[in-house]
Amino acid sequence: MDWASPLGWTLIAVGQILLVTVGILLSLAFLLLADRKIWAGVQMRKGPNVVGPFGLLQSFADFFKFVFKEIVVPAGADKVVFLLAPLITFILAFVAWAAIPFAPGWVVADLNVGILYLFAISSLGVYGIIMGGWASNSKYPFLGSLRSAAQMVSYEVSIGFIIITVILLAGTMNLSGIVEAQAGWFWNWNVFGNGAKNWPTIVIMFPMMVMFFISALAETNRPPFDLPEAESELVAGYQVEYSSTPYLLFMIGEYANIVLMCSMLSLLFFGGWNAPYPVTFAEPGSLIYNLHALLWFMIKTVAWFVMFALVKAIVPRYRYDQLMRLGWKIFLPTSLVAVIGVAAWRVFGAQ
Amino acid sequence: MLQAIAFYLMAAVTLGSGLFVISARNPVHSVLWLILSFFSAAGLFVLMGAEFLAMLLVVVYVGAVAVLFLFVVMMLDVDFVRLREGYAQYLPIGGVVALLLMIEMVLVSFAVADRGAAAGKQIVAAAADASNAESIGRVLYTDYVYFFQAAGIVLLIAMIGAIVLTLRHKPHVKRQDIHTQVGRKRSNAMAVVTPKTGEGIADQ
Repeated sequence: MDWASPLGWTLIAVGQILLVTVGILLSLAFLLLADRKIWAGVQMRKGPNVVGPFGLLQSFADFFKFVFKEIVVPAGADKVVFLLAPLITFILAFVAWAAIPFAPGWVVADLNVGILYLFAISSLGVYGIIMGGWASNSKYPFLGSLRSAAQMVSYEVSIGFIIITVILLAGTMNLSGIVEAQAGWFWNWNVFGNGAKNWPTIVIMFPMMVMFFISALAETNRPPFDLPEAESELVAGYQVEYSSTPYLLFMIGEYANIVLMCSMLSLLFFGGWNAPYPVTFAEPGSLIYNLHALLWFMIKTVAWFVMFALVKAIVPRYRYDQLMRLGWKIFLPTSLVAVIGVAAWRVFGAQ
Repeated sequence: MLQAIAFYLMAAVTLGSGLFVISARNPVHSVLWLILSFFSAAGLFVLMGAEFLAMLLVVVYVGAVAVLFLFVVMMLDVDFVRLREGYAQYLPIGGVVALLLMIEMVLVSFAVADRGAAAGKQIVAAAADASNAESIGRVLYTDYVYFFQAAGIVLLIAMIGAIVLTLRHKPHVKRQDIHTQVGRKRSNAMAVVTPKTGEGIADQ
């Protein structure tokens, strides 16, 4: 087999894509369970504990339940768009993972504009929701999807500016480059101001990390910003009319987006695959080195997922006007000033 | 070969979805087709090696502009069947306007290329060591900096205009004022009174 030929190249690419997709799907099954367990723990419940030891197989049981149920399409629904919406949510959530570097060199597509690609794909996520809400031809889903569209477009703006501060510090839009710029000890991470060279930016970067986390909550429609599916006002928002596999696709897509945001937090602010200490026991490029890097990337991502789960359990839901005020009147000006600050430091301050 | 396949695939999708934009009966479907054609146009940009422009196209047009467009089309209650009634009647005048517009656009673009800002500028291939974004930034902030700033000011004016047109302060709508809410003290919110038996506290 000639791996350099178009056919061989295609086979390798498909293999890599399958590996990443299956890996993420499997991790999602357990992360979903972790989410429910943490939520239950905060409320002093046990959470799912029946299927398998400690309920470990709960997600798989849920999966089979969803898949074997009947797909109900409402009478007045726009059938094609109705079924297209969950597919778009699901596919976009996984397409974004192509640019995520899991370890040095372990990335499906090492794009020069990797971070812009992630931003672009995550900004498309709103289509699944807005199409699903409209195609359901029902009041609650439509209201939920309109809310969601406004919310996601608003918070994208501040996420974009926060990403620009990171790009300014790293000097590249390549995600591997951004991670490599944070190598070494943990004080080289962007959240701590990117090391000795740029240390005063810690004043800006630490609040930017907090703002990115909050914006990520809003962008993925997680509590306390889950207004599109607020059960007390909109029943379940855009998901009201969905059942069976389409609902499952929405659900998986949503969780894949959440984990994507967690991995973005660790890539942009917490050094990605870099361990908090310089790795000396393995040669860069060796398998041990890469596995060690992958382990640290996973630890950071899961730690942020735990934060997402805790926020869901602890923080009460925002009111819609408060959400909009936070996005437009606080986050947008603050992140804009931060971009100016970091740019000024890069031009006038850095050695 | 892979590039050729990708090009023909995406070019066909772009053209096909462009055709569906004007032929779809449902306006929401039109917008969805428009989004697909934007998206595959971004794919064509990637094939040309302009990945920065491609991502910007997706972020700005697909991720923001088209969302708002879809938003408005879904909210509008326009009877499109009635709008289409006079289709044949307005076809000649519409065709003439479209033809004039096309001639103007061709003339203007040739004029810009010959005598305008782009006159005498050759297409510069991106330097091997500079990335896409770097090359664009270098051109945008040196040769075209005035046009860039002017475009920014035009957009700012448009934004202010839209806000001025739509901003209404209705007098009877209660709004949350965080400043007064947080600035409220015990001294201006509470008073200790000792009412006498049989009398109210109204006078005190």
